[in-house]
Amino acid sequence: MRTMRSRVPRKLLWVVGAILLTLLLVGCGKDLPQNTFNPAGPTAQSEKDVLMVPLIIAGIVFVLVEGGILFLAIKFRHRKGKERMPSQLHGNTRLELGWTVAPAVLLAVVMVPAISLIWKLAQRPPDAMQITVQGYQWWWGFQYTDQDMAVSYGDHGPITTADVMVIPAGRTIDLSLRSEGGGAHSTDGTPDHMVIHSFWAPRLFGKQDVVPGAAGENNHIVFSADFPGTFYGQCAEFCGLQHGMMKFRIVALDATDWANWVQARKQPAPTPAPGSDAEKGMQVFFGQGPAGEGGGQCIACHAIGGAMLNNITAQSTAAPNLTDFGNPTHQCFAGCDFETFIDGNANLPALRAWLEDPNAVKLGAKMPDYNLSQQQIDYLMAYLYSLSN
Amino acid sequence: MATVTVTPQRGILRRPMATTGFWSWFTTVDHKKIGILYGISSFLFFVIGGCEALLIRSQLAKPSNTLLNADQYNQIFTMHGLTMIFLFVMPMSAAFFNYLIPLMIGARDVAFPRLNALSFWVFLLGALFLNSSWFMGGAPDGGWFAYAPNSTTDPGNGMTFYALGLLITGIASTVGAINLAITVINMRAPGMSLFRMPVFVWMGLVVQFLLAFSLPIITVALFQMLFDRRWDTAFFDPTRGGEPLLWQHMFWLFGHPEVYILILPAFGIFSEILPVFARKPLFGYQFVVFSGIAIGFIGFGVWVHHMYAAGLGPVANTAFGISTAIIAVPTGVKIFNWMGTLYGGDLHLEPPMLFAIGGIAMFVIGGLSGVTHSIVPSDYQQTDTYYVVAHFHYVLFGGAIFAFFGAMYYWWPKVFGRMLPNRWGKVQFWILLIGFNLTFAPMHILGLGGMIRREYTYPAALGLTVWNQIASIGAFTIALSVLLFIILVVRTQLKPAGLENEDPWDARTLEWTTACPPAVYNFDEIPTVHALDDFWHRKYAEDETGRLVRVPAGGSGEDHPGGGHAIHLPSPSFWPIVVSLGFPLLGYGVLYSWWLVAAGALVIVIGLTGWALEPSVAE
Repeated sequence: MRTMRSRVPRKLLWVVGAILLTLLLVGCGKDLPQNTFNPAGPTAQSEKDVLMVPLIIAGIVFVLVEGGILFLAIKFRHRKGKERMPSQLHGNTRLELGWTVAPAVLLAVVMVPAISLIWKLAQRPPDAMQITVQGYQWWWGFQYTDQDMAVSYGDHGPITTADVMVIPAGRTIDLSLRSEGGGAHSTDGTPDHMVIHSFWAPRLFGKQDVVPGAAGENNHIVFSADFPGTFYGQCAEFCGLQHGMMKFRIVALDATDWANWVQARKQPAPTPAPGSDAEKGMQVFFGQGPAGEGGGQCIACHAIGGAMLNNITAQSTAAPNLTDFGNPTHQCFAGCDFETFIDGNANLPALRAWLEDPNAVKLGAKMPDYNLSQQQIDYLMAYLYSLSN
Repeated sequence: MATVTVTPQRGILRRPMATTGFWSWFTTVDHKKIGILYGISSFLFFVIGGCEALLIRSQLAKPSNTLLNADQYNQIFTMHGLTMIFLFVMPMSAAFFNYLIPLMIGARDVAFPRLNALSFWVFLLGALFLNSSWFMGGAPDGGWFAYAPNSTTDPGNGMTFYALGLLITGIASTVGAINLAITVINMRAPGMSLFRMPVFVWMGLVVQFLLAFSLPIITVALFQMLFDRRWDTAFFDPTRGGEPLLWQHMFWLFGHPEVYILILPAFGIFSEILPVFARKPLFGYQFVVFSGIAIGFIGFGVWVHHMYAAGLGPVANTAFGISTAIIAVPTGVKIFNWMGTLYGGDLHLEPPMLFAIGGIAMFVIGGLSGVTHSIVPSDYQQTDTYYVVAHFHYVLFGGAIFAFFGAMYYWWPKVFGRMLPNRWGKVQFWILLIGFNLTFAPMHILGLGGMIRREYTYPAALGLTVWNQIASIGAFTIALSVLLFIILVVRTQLKPAGLENEDPWDARTLEWTTACPPAVYNFDEIPTVHALDDFWHRKYAEDETGRLVRVPAGGSGEDHPGGGHAIHLPSPSFWPIVVSLGFPLLGYGVLYSWWLVAAGALVIVIGLTGWALEPSVAE
């Protein structure tokens, strides 16, 4: 083995090491919204930290083995005209036992912190804020099930949002994961099914599958966000046609903003001013009154908390809850297929395209095309963007 | 010429006699011809699966691309996986096993030649059945892993084609596995003890056992899925008491051994090529063999590492994290032993050797990213991202496909009596190596940067466009390399057959003692084996100082004496292909009409009856 000490491999090691380091640094780009190496909360932080030692060891092994292979291939390559019969080495038991046992020991050492973290992450602190995450085909709903998060009207049910989960920064949150379905049907009659999803916001926490049935009842995620901000996430388990467009945002607010948000969300949705476009939009939504003719299918699936027209309320949970649609905190819609606000302004073209034909925007979307007139769509958009306390 | 000409006795059909010509390919029971059939078919599916990969990479070449819609993309990525795993890597391994195992153990054929033909035709017809879904309402679109209940509630016929297609190809693999295992156990030449078998044969044996034990699991799961889809049972339906995770357990209890079914043949190929081109024996033969066996056993105990995020609880995640770490040990042993083989050798860097060394180097990267999967909490982040896509392509493409290319350059002269061009082979290797790394290295960054698998498009806001573009360029570089290989093959095959030297690599194992290509009966005389690497020891002996000296030609006394006249070989048969034709009929029947089911069953019954009553010509 004395021949191993040559000038060639050392240079090579540096080159390979430099390449690796570059890749790693680029991978750590701070501006990536779903970068697992740029954690913004203790759960993601611990999941990143526990990888560092194994990754460094893997990097060293990588350099040694790849460098070794390259070195051997170059050093012992056949040279033209030099016929040489190598010594017929059949093996070396001691050496082989060594490279069987050494990696085993190394792995055992590396596994200790990993295993202790498995158990730590499985704990559910009793004082955590409870939110139930609901996976549908293909969007996310959120219910704030703590007692102090009940709305002030109707049946005093939990505050409910879709596509965007709003949380207080710094507070520990315990997510219960539920797969839902069975309500909405697409234009071709395909219902949304209870299937397996996976809930993932890379900068805050790793994945946990959303499994329908008894086996998934205890699936949960405990996390918190270190600072206010918007964090991207999406479904990570293939769940059908629009798996790729089943995204969500987590908006973490500071204490004041959070208190205001909760206060506003406990109130019923605002009632539009008489004679306004929004009022006509509300009629379209409920299928009531002069402008509502030909409309009315919206309430079959969508809920708007506290809204009431002719004693009819909109309470269906088959499709995203729209109570807060007009609030800029509610950033996106339809599995975050489109932004609802761009630079603080309503994204009317995107919403119009959606209302004209949801399937043209998002193939297979469970919301059918209701052939609304342009006038009705204008009214509806006015109503939806008025929904903000 | 191989068989003794006797008037055929009467069965249901007259037994076909032709062993040459176009139609002989349909009735052949010769393991070498069947191996070639396997090779050509699976390479065809490699090209198809590759085209699907190019479509995937074209779609992902820019953010929010509309080249493919969600529906098309889901079908294409599902079929890319299915094609590469079930229709390329598995049958390509079967091609090499079929062709080489009898030659390497000094046998004239496999134990059950007609079963061998059956397994090929069932595979081919099952593969065509699966691909016919493209033209019959859409291909499977629930992923190769087909997680229930999405796969059982998915509209259309695609996932029913999936269940039926895999059931049919599963029959092919099961039949082949039993046949090859029995061949290795029973048909070895005198003196070929288990520990004189080439490592490739050993890995072949392990793979056949893995198949025989893992395929029944997926078969049960596929039947349940089929019944859920077609006859409204509720095995995986949580709303009616079914259990979605049942599918995952069964799928991965098959699926993880399957990973080793895909990679162990490559380990065998590396272990054959390295000693020949290093001109020294494999370092630590026993360690390599036993680590292969160990991988086979432990491979059944790691399946939950595909399900860390499924919520099985900390006990399960701890146990399977540990077993996942453990399986890295025997894998590492192989790598070190291969490096030991290179050490001190006289390395002839011909194309087979380049592909072997390159393949090992790439596999190491996949192995190391695999070890990081045993760090369960960080796997919560990496699972279902492109990090995993990078990992298994480094393992399977870097391992299996590099090995296959090396194997093709290495055994081409044996099979076709022609050499693939050396210089261009090296060019092809370097293009492949560069293209491969351009494609899959960026995927590590994509995954850690938060890009999930199986999404048909991604927004520019994800900030990962550049890496996707590099990967797409890489994919087309790979395509260029494969295209070059096809051109080389065509040009080589257009030249007349004939080798100056029938042992062009100065090889070590028995298959090289036969003619190139081998006679139908393989060996004029069944060889008697005295040592591991028997052929090498016939050519070289050690002098008093322990150095190798060449034994004078003819000294072994076992060169071709010519003849082979009175050698009894099984005659060709119509029945394997007849029986095979029944399976796709059954499949279409389940989808469309009970009459077709009856027709398929009838064909199979008639086929098996004819098979059973078939006269043996040489009696």
